[in-house]
Amino acid sequence: MTAIELPPVVELAGITKAYPGVVANDSVNLLLHGGEVHVVLGENGAGKSTLIGVLSGMVTPDSGRILVDGEPVQIRSPKDALDLGIGTVYQHSLLVPTLSVIDNMMLGTAKLFSLDREQARRRLDELASVLGVQIDPEATVGDLALGERQQVEIVKALWRGERALILDEPTSMLTPQGVQALSEVVRRLVGNGLSVVFITHKLNEALDLGDRITVLRRGRNAGELAPDKIASTERGDLKDLVVELIFGAVDPDMSMNQGEGGSLDQQSVCFRLEEVSLHGDKPWPVLDSVSLEIRRGEIFGIAGIDGNGQKELAEVIAGQRKLDSGEIFLDEESVTGLSVAARQKRGIRYVTDDRHGEGTVGELSISLNTVLKRVGQRPFWRRARVRHSLIREFAATLVAEHDVRTPHEEVPIANLSGGNVQKVVVGRELAMEPRVVVYNKPTYGLDVKTIKAVLARIVSQANQGTVALLISTELDELISTCDRIGVMYQGRITGILDSQPGIETRLGELMTGGGEPA
Amino acid sequence: MSDLFSTLFLASLVSGGVLVAVPLVFAGVGEAISERAGVLNVGLEGMMLMGAFGAFAAAISVDSIWLGLLVGGLVGTATSLLMVGLCIRLNANQIVIGIAITLGAEGVTALLHSANYSDTYPRLPKAGVLDIPLLSKIPVLGEGLFSHHPSAYLAVLAVVAAWWVFKSTGIGLNIKAAGDQPHALAAAGGNPRSTRTMAVMTTGFLAGVGGAHIALIGAGLFVPAVTHGAGFIAIVLAMLARGRFGWIVTGAILIGISLSLTTAFQLVGVDVPIDAVQMLPFIMILVVLSAFGRDSYLPAALAVPYDPESR
Amino acid sequence: MTDVATPLGDEGFGSVDEHSKGLSQHAKGRMNSVLMAVLPVFAAVACGGILLALLGRDPVSFYSNVVDHGLLGSLGRQESLIRMAPLLLIAAGLMVAFPAGIWNLGTDGQFVVAGVVVAALGPELAPNVNGLVLFTVLFVVGFAVGAAWAVIPAVMKAWFGMNEIITTLMTIFLGVSFSSLLVKEFFDDPSTTVPQTKVLAVEDRLPRMFGSRVHIGLVVGLVAVLIVHYMMTRTAFGLRLRIVGMNPAAAEHAGMNMRSLTLSIFLLSSGFAGLAAAVEIAGVDGMVRAEWNPAFGFAVVPLVFLARFHGPSVVLFVAAFSSFSIGGESASRKADLPNYFVLVMVALMLIFLAISEFLQARSKNVVKDE
Repeated sequence: MTAIELPPVVELAGITKAYPGVVANDSVNLLLHGGEVHVVLGENGAGKSTLIGVLSGMVTPDSGRILVDGEPVQIRSPKDALDLGIGTVYQHSLLVPTLSVIDNMMLGTAKLFSLDREQARRRLDELASVLGVQIDPEATVGDLALGERQQVEIVKALWRGERALILDEPTSMLTPQGVQALSEVVRRLVGNGLSVVFITHKLNEALDLGDRITVLRRGRNAGELAPDKIASTERGDLKDLVVELIFGAVDPDMSMNQGEGGSLDQQSVCFRLEEVSLHGDKPWPVLDSVSLEIRRGEIFGIAGIDGNGQKELAEVIAGQRKLDSGEIFLDEESVTGLSVAARQKRGIRYVTDDRHGEGTVGELSISLNTVLKRVGQRPFWRRARVRHSLIREFAATLVAEHDVRTPHEEVPIANLSGGNVQKVVVGRELAMEPRVVVYNKPTYGLDVKTIKAVLARIVSQANQGTVALLISTELDELISTCDRIGVMYQGRITGILDSQPGIETRLGELMTGGGEPA
Repeated sequence: MSDLFSTLFLASLVSGGVLVAVPLVFAGVGEAISERAGVLNVGLEGMMLMGAFGAFAAAISVDSIWLGLLVGGLVGTATSLLMVGLCIRLNANQIVIGIAITLGAEGVTALLHSANYSDTYPRLPKAGVLDIPLLSKIPVLGEGLFSHHPSAYLAVLAVVAAWWVFKSTGIGLNIKAAGDQPHALAAAGGNPRSTRTMAVMTTGFLAGVGGAHIALIGAGLFVPAVTHGAGFIAIVLAMLARGRFGWIVTGAILIGISLSLTTAFQLVGVDVPIDAVQMLPFIMILVVLSAFGRDSYLPAALAVPYDPESR
Repeated sequence: MTDVATPLGDEGFGSVDEHSKGLSQHAKGRMNSVLMAVLPVFAAVACGGILLALLGRDPVSFYSNVVDHGLLGSLGRQESLIRMAPLLLIAAGLMVAFPAGIWNLGTDGQFVVAGVVVAALGPELAPNVNGLVLFTVLFVVGFAVGAAWAVIPAVMKAWFGMNEIITTLMTIFLGVSFSSLLVKEFFDDPSTTVPQTKVLAVEDRLPRMFGSRVHIGLVVGLVAVLIVHYMMTRTAFGLRLRIVGMNPAAAEHAGMNMRSLTLSIFLLSSGFAGLAAAVEIAGVDGMVRAEWNPAFGFAVVPLVFLARFHGPSVVLFVAAFSSFSIGGESASRKADLPNYFVLVMVALMLIFLAISEFLQARSKNVVKDE
């Protein structure tokens, strides 16, 4: 399956980049060959994004060399990278949502005083057929579904990228079937001689797709697996090899904690959604008669491709968004009409996925962030005046209990790493007797250690009787942590499965609308 | 009451309306370009004032209105460099700097005027008028619409040019991207900072020309604050029009007509409180805002400084 | 559009530097920020001096005239203190709105409309009630009218997210015209040739202090600024307000009632502007003429920024501005210049403030390694 090995098309040598407090890349080397899928593998925080930033021109390295076709070059901006034929598909969409597909294509390459739409359209058709997809040039990018949007991003990257195509964590939003489709596209491109770089933190993906694998750990090269090595080694041994490179140890404790669930039949229903519906401006309802019954101590997972109503479901439960019809019951008491603050008092908590956006206020201290949802409430405020010492104490306890790494609690929370911010957010929501907690993609972008800690926390909280609703795009996490998993597609629950190993394919089907509703 | 609809009244209304509208169109188009690129230019009034004074000084010394208009535009561009340097390069708060520019311009132009012209208080001769053949002979509307100094028609040209730039050029695409998703523009190989710089400098030029028009053709002289809030009205027009240039022209003419109602009334001897009449355009704007403002489309990155490191 | 500098910090905690670094570092940091705050002023003064020289005037004598009249001369000093009263009240209102990211640029409109109503009401009420009642009523009316004049922009923002810059700017034009209309058509004193309201007799105006000409409005202003400062730094409402300004999404997520918050901030802010007018009328003018617009609001906006919304600093900057205005009026007359120099100085200070903030932020980044 490996392609013929051609001389390196692009070479990164000794790339070093440091930010205040952390060395993101430390003398990293990378060789890209034409006609080959080169996977860059490492856990979150290993330095993959920074390396890719250097290649794509978004980041300027402190030192190191870049060679293209053997000649040293300077990549100081995305323009330089594109001029060299290096195209990038970024993890977070970098298309202009208000412009059409064709306008986005012409962005950056169009002549200043004229626009040749005809020529652009021809090229779009050409590239679309290379990928084997259909793309409407006049569609507004913001209206496209995620899968289509990614296709457009790939075409955009290929527009100038004749030498190399970089894909930064492209499968984070795809179903298993979607991943399959993507890999077919990648194989087709590689067959044409293109060099494809595939960034991921998922082990199985790397092994499935990679002709060559480079592993990064803590900003350094941890090791490389050449094509002949991959071809000649057993999958199981290969996996062990790679795991050792990623973590520096053989078989770290990757086993996820299993929830106790236990005597579910005896546990009475605690949290109930009844025909919750919400309409928006999409052609399908944002939430379509969603009905759920979750028992005390149960961890109920919500699987689905991003953008199928999961975030809105979380917001409706939290009270941030008003539903159009339906009811929400906590212990048979209707909470449908209650405000966010009232629901919090009742014990309904929401760990948002947007930890740096709505989840925290960066300029404020960790302390104040821990009481962000309790401004004005006793005991932290008395007669509307703030009591700093009590807030400080509360924060200190939280920081200690959740292992948040920080010099002290008065540091602005923006100074913390993503993992530590997430610990604060989770800690905040779990404080003061939670009864129902909605977790929205709580492990996104975190390193393995923190992921384990967060999932362990979710499980232990559930074992104490809290109801947990875990929204995630990571199927393996859902399967190993949850008792049951509901799948959302276009605002409705397309199925509810008991969680057990092996249901990935079925989940994938339900995530794209296949299968009978629950 | 029949006087109200007399030719004299209507003609003077339309003519006066256009006269007021022309600088509003120049400045409004300029502001729309800036806003589309993501820059909120509150200093528009200041740029118009500086343009007005520069134009006045030039026209007085060289006795040429066209040169005056050009100088006004250039002075406006120079003033906009403050915005470029502080807000686009140094990421300062656009609203605060805009206010600083407006206050500073008011002060500087007043001082310069007093230092140079306070003894003589020169006035400019009334600007020449270009009658468009045939069209200007239409009763009532003809004289009002087609009998103006050629710079009025330039305003129309500016609108058409701006519309064309946004529809059919790479620059237009870059500006739209800079206003909606500057990081996308950077990833595509563009430069949000230079794009915004160019947009703001163009705004400065157009604002300067607008101010120049007020001083040279509208008023025929310069006094402190001669622009009388035109810059702020232009900001409102640009936001209301949401980047659709045709609406800027319509709005400008409507406001122009409302504002020239007072002179028109006086001309036919109707006794209506000036203040009530002067409130009309703003009440109208508020009504339009409440009716249509809800779907207000403002560029997502408006007034947010572009920071390459943040993503 | 809420990237307002967040200079208030969290009072009561002290700066981070204090805890993590040694004492000498702390002292250095403090000195640094004082320097950064004062630098714009010096730079502006220097630039202003150059401008004066270019205009053919002697900067040294100009500035010394400013100080002589504004600060040293007893009469000028009193005038400066009197001028501070309305400015402080408007500043108090802006200290509420701006940190919340609400750009209430319409204080000039709120000011004049409230002023006209108070001016019309005063002389009617004065003969029938004693001083304390009169002033209370006038203050309350002033505050209420000021707040009322901002209801439309406030509702438009709170309910429809309508940009308040446009709406409040419009209310200035509307306010100036409306107040003029009121004076000419409804409140006109028939006994005067020029359209104006009836005069509030001098003996009915706000009492003076310590035998000087300075009326108690100054105290009202000082108290207002300090109360607002306390509110912003120590109360739950103040924190909510600042969170809305720093991160509106987080405010919603945290369950804050955005509509009622926006409304109350807006009305509070414009109420203060109305109160400022009441103080000015009841304390100084006693009446309002048509076309009256001292444009205090627009002058206060930059001052509040320069003071970074910090109460005591606001008082200092307003005091400096007032004495410079009063002194500048006299100095300008002597130098045969119109009295616009203050505006130029304020603009220069803002520009240098932006530059110094940039330099400060950049130096912080360099030092930031741990």
